[in-house]
Amino acid sequence: MKNSIIIFLASIVLLSCKKDVIIPPEPFPELNSIDTTGFLEIHVDNMVGNLPLILGSTNYVSSANDTFNVNIYKYYLSNVQLVSSNGLTYTEVESYYLIDQSNPNSLHLMVKKVPAGSYNSIRFLIGVDAPRNTAGAQTGALDPMNDMFWGWNTGYIMAKMEGHSPQSSEQTNKIVYHIGGFEGKDNALRTVNLTFPNAANCTQNHIPILNLKADLGAWFTSPNFDNFNNSNVITGITAESSAIADNYANMFTVTSVVN
Amino acid sequence: MKQLIYIFFLVQLFSSCSVDPEIKPIIGEDDVKEIVPPGWPAPVYTYSANTLTADGFTLGRTLFYDPILSADNTISCGSCHQQFAAFAHSGHDVSHGINGLLGNRNAPVLQNLNWSPTFMHDGGILNIEVMPLAPITNPVEMNETMTNVVTKLSSSGKYKQLFTKAFGSDLVNSQRIFRAIAQFMGTMYSYNSKYDLVKSGKESFTAQEQSGYNLFVQKCASCHTEPLFTDYQFRNNGLSINVVYNDSGRAHITGAAADRYKFKTPSLRNIEKSEPYMHDGRFTSLNQCLEHYNSGIVASPTLETQLVGGIPLTPQNKADLIAFLKTLTDTKYLTDSRFSDNNF
Repeated sequence: MKNSIIIFLASIVLLSCKKDVIIPPEPFPELNSIDTTGFLEIHVDNMVGNLPLILGSTNYVSSANDTFNVNIYKYYLSNVQLVSSNGLTYTEVESYYLIDQSNPNSLHLMVKKVPAGSYNSIRFLIGVDAPRNTAGAQTGALDPMNDMFWGWNTGYIMAKMEGHSPQSSEQTNKIVYHIGGFEGKDNALRTVNLTFPNAANCTQNHIPILNLKADLGAWFTSPNFDNFNNSNVITGITAESSAIADNYANMFTVTSVVN
Repeated sequence: MKQLIYIFFLVQLFSSCSVDPEIKPIIGEDDVKEIVPPGWPAPVYTYSANTLTADGFTLGRTLFYDPILSADNTISCGSCHQQFAAFAHSGHDVSHGINGLLGNRNAPVLQNLNWSPTFMHDGGILNIEVMPLAPITNPVEMNETMTNVVTKLSSSGKYKQLFTKAFGSDLVNSQRIFRAIAQFMGTMYSYNSKYDLVKSGKESFTAQEQSGYNLFVQKCASCHTEPLFTDYQFRNNGLSINVVYNDSGRAHITGAAADRYKFKTPSLRNIEKSEPYMHDGRFTSLNQCLEHYNSGIVASPTLETQLVGGIPLTPQNKADLIAFLKTLTDTKYLTDSRFSDNNF
């Protein structure tokens, strides 16, 4: 493999010697094929307490004993970092994932170009980092078409949940939480640090799986959240929205690391 | 020299008569350039990540004037942003959307936008690229989703060609749409007013214009800073609260009581042509605006301190100021064919 790369590079040098015209270099082989990097797969299980989250008519009970269902549940997971057993940190570039319960594919993330090694913990943001909020038109997970971007007040909705609760006094008993804000005291960015029960071993040929549980029930726990009667629609950047972010910062746990 | 210019225009006239109306004016690379007029600060937005090309500009221009961006294909950006009015909405106090729906703010002028750190009267939008998202998706403006816009454009043969020319493939996505519009709107430069010619020594003010300019520097320029004639800050300029809208302005974005009823200082370039005035379009003449500062300032907790007690202006002062403000009219900009509707 290495030999072929050397031949490839040499041929580029030779080619460029022969001709005056500058030939755009061929794309280099993916770094991960050079035997030093691999992937880490993350499976996210969205739950409410110990029940799997099913969008639609399934009813759940909040810690305040309110009944509710969930129609929309989406949040950003970004800036993934992995800490290896030798203390080094791998930071994924262009690390933006939109977890959308209505799209099963979005619940499986592939962290890319992970240097081969043994990893003991993961760190990521719930939300989209401040610079990317103001960086103009984005694509992929950050495309405003994903309905996670405020057009009138620039910035990403970091996490969104919509559903109904009979305890909500809103029309149609709706409950709506669009949690955003990338700067200031009421910002909704939260960093999550999770330690693995056993190391995840990444090699070129082996993709370990990190199973995460994300408990939507954590959003609606006291003291940061009261009940669906008092707080049924939160869509601005306020102390109230920031308090929900404080709650969802604690919604993740590692279920297992499977090598 | 003058004769030469006349001959030039005559030739233009004849050649435009002979042009098949189906053939659209061709924009060349020389017509689309990123510029910083002499004496101006560095722009906030540059094309470092959004390569400016004639084809990108043309796509943006086509989108700007195409009602396909609205839910019922009736309203384009150009509907409320008319070139002869410096891309404000002449004679309309607030924006008009689909189905005759009314907004609550005056459509602002569009010019020199690459210098603007924020957009909208309340400064809620922080990058020119995503600015069009607000009017496109606003229920009382174009009431459309970007998903629908992408679907509609993707099925158009015309746009397949335009996207391919601009970006190398016929893929339509929101980023390409926004970047193309930013290429068009961002290069709409207005810097050829009489004021600019006076500043560069090519023309001179009349005595009255000069008197008005002196007054302007003394009484207005601390907020309407030259050369862009705005400092882009947010202020309460003492307007009475419009009970129809009860618009809290900047506070709508920041949530701060200290920002209530503050709006962004507008540029005064082309102000002669961009009536009506103020964030809710309540004034229809420059004289009314000046009279507001003279006698109409309403005290309130967030009133701009420089406006406490108003700005005393005699009738002569006002006449002189208006004479000066008219030197900010850039006829070349208002008639520049590069910025006109090409969807005919």
